[in-house]
Amino acid sequence: MAPAWLTPRRATVAGLALLLAALWLVFPSGFYFRIATLVWISALAAVGLNLLMGLAGQVSLGHAGFVGIGAYAVALGPRHLGLDLLPSLGLGLVLAGLLALLVGRPILRLRGHYLAVATLGLGILVWLVLNSEVAITGGPDGIQVQRLVLVGWRVAGAETWYWITGLALVLGVLVALNLEESPTGRALRALHDSEVAAAVAGIDVARAKLAVFVIAAVYAALAGGLLALFNRFVTPQAADFLHSIELVTMVVIGGMGSSLGAVVGAAVLTILPQALTVFHDYEHAVLGLTIILFMIFLRQGIVPSLAALLARRAP
Amino acid sequence: MSAIAAEGIGISFGGLRALDGVSFAAEPGEVFSIIGPNGAGKTTLFNIISGLYRTGEGRVRLAGEDVTGLPPHLLAARGLSRTFQNLQVFFRMTAEENVMVGRHLRERQGLLAALLHLPWVARQNRATRDRARELLAFVGLAERARDPAGSLPYGALKRLEIARALAAEPRVLLLDEPAAGCNPVETEEIDRLIAAIAERGTTVVLVEHDMKLVMRISHRILVLNHGRMLAQGRPAEVRTNPEVIAAYLGRHGAEAAHAAG
Ligand SMILES: Nc1ncnc2c1ncn2[C@@H]1O[C@H](COP(=O)(O)OP(=O)(O)OP(=O)(O)O)[C@@H](O)[C@H]1O
Ligand SMILES: [Mg+2]
Repeated sequence: MAPAWLTPRRATVAGLALLLAALWLVFPSGFYFRIATLVWISALAAVGLNLLMGLAGQVSLGHAGFVGIGAYAVALGPRHLGLDLLPSLGLGLVLAGLLALLVGRPILRLRGHYLAVATLGLGILVWLVLNSEVAITGGPDGIQVQRLVLVGWRVAGAETWYWITGLALVLGVLVALNLEESPTGRALRALHDSEVAAAVAGIDVARAKLAVFVIAAVYAALAGGLLALFNRFVTPQAADFLHSIELVTMVVIGGMGSSLGAVVGAAVLTILPQALTVFHDYEHAVLGLTIILFMIFLRQGIVPSLAALLARRAP
Repeated sequence: MSAIAAEGIGISFGGLRALDGVSFAAEPGEVFSIIGPNGAGKTTLFNIISGLYRTGEGRVRLAGEDVTGLPPHLLAARGLSRTFQNLQVFFRMTAEENVMVGRHLRERQGLLAALLHLPWVARQNRATRDRARELLAFVGLAERARDPAGSLPYGALKRLEIARALAAEPRVLLLDEPAAGCNPVETEEIDRLIAAIAERGTTVVLVEHDMKLVMRISHRILVLNHGRMLAQGRPAEVRTNPEVIAAYLGRHGAEAAHAAG
């Protein structure tokens, strides 16, 4: 038996922090830190998306759109608005949240797959704008991002970014677990199973869904901003449909409804393509195959099934 | 003033007249039963009263206030709660968590505080959990608190729904066939629960096919047939009403008469 103070929430966060430290000790080169940084960043977006999908049972098929907004905010804020990088990042988070609010408000009043359809359209729209507004965004070739300087300290090096993004992930997981252990978190899990019973219990179902959608969007935008700052370069690929599907796949293979699972899923989908270069040429096919395999796997009921998530149970 | 009143409720589904001019009023602490053959419109009436269905015909009042057409979560905030004939349980949550969700209205909300897990959030979680445990004990499910709701048997789920509904501390509780599928021991248990709930001043509106149960615990009974009011009155009046006996075509009527004797 674990001691009483070691709640699952604390254990998860402590375990993740220990993992950060342990990997830091064993990693031999900058290459490893670079990959790990990419894992932490993807995981942050996946943890947010898991709140929406795993907890509340709502699907976003355009979540990379919010990643793109966060990423381009740090690229364009300094260039066009004369903002520093951190205020630009903040602006990106606010914009992503507002956009989610704007799109989610009318959509989430309705039951069914409307959110998946609407976010699919939203993601494509963001990608189109980033691609075609060449004068502002640099178009398909992408755009440079300034180096982050924090009170005179030039943030550089894969190891430094490993820690910055790793700590952001630990905080992101902590906040996600906090949400789960709150009236709102319980409300989200409840409406996942029965919207009717949740409403009868006094839960404003539309409002609860909207809240978690906005939260998930902000997580994605933060991941996008960190990605742009780390790479110092960003292309519309950050916002494209393939990336949205990657994020969904991370949540699905990690085990729906588990924040730690989302981290595992992000690790698998980030490391595999690096390890097997053949993946690069067949990325779509491999992603599709992964999803199909996991849908079969999940349908057998080993982990909460994807079917139950996608096909909302009617009252 | 009546705790709950329905006035002239009507609704049609396509050509089907599911309810037509149905009115009733129940007082605080009263057990008011609605009976009638299958398809009489009992569940439909509950669905309208609790805001799941909308209709242009008729009005619903809670403690005198006109609440017609309000969505379910706002009705809940005004003291209305219910259970479901076809179970609506949060199957992926534990029994205890199901009841904790029922406390939603009695909990302080605050998204930012929740995200930061401020001390009062943790304290409130504990208080909510304690209250849920008490309610599970009240309905006889203390042993199953940590079990996933999906693993509970049917009769237990019926009682779990009652505990969840009570968690909101409603003034009016609608129970849709709480004893359906229960064995005689479980039915007796539900009988005891309903009496205890009403004794605390909560109005119970009960839909139930078990005539013995209905005749035993109801203060008044409304009989529906094909969406219309057939009779209304105290159990002794209803069970001797020839129209009611005719509508039930012997089966339930005989049971009622049997219960009378
Ligand atoms: N959403 C709906 N759409 C169409 N018809 C409906 C709907 N809801 C109920 N009905 C019909 O209305 C009539 C009344 O149904 P209701 O479920 O209220 O009966 P009931 O009295 O609860 O019956 P039971 O004792 O079997 O539960 C039935 O003929 C039913 O098929
Ligand atoms: Mg019914």
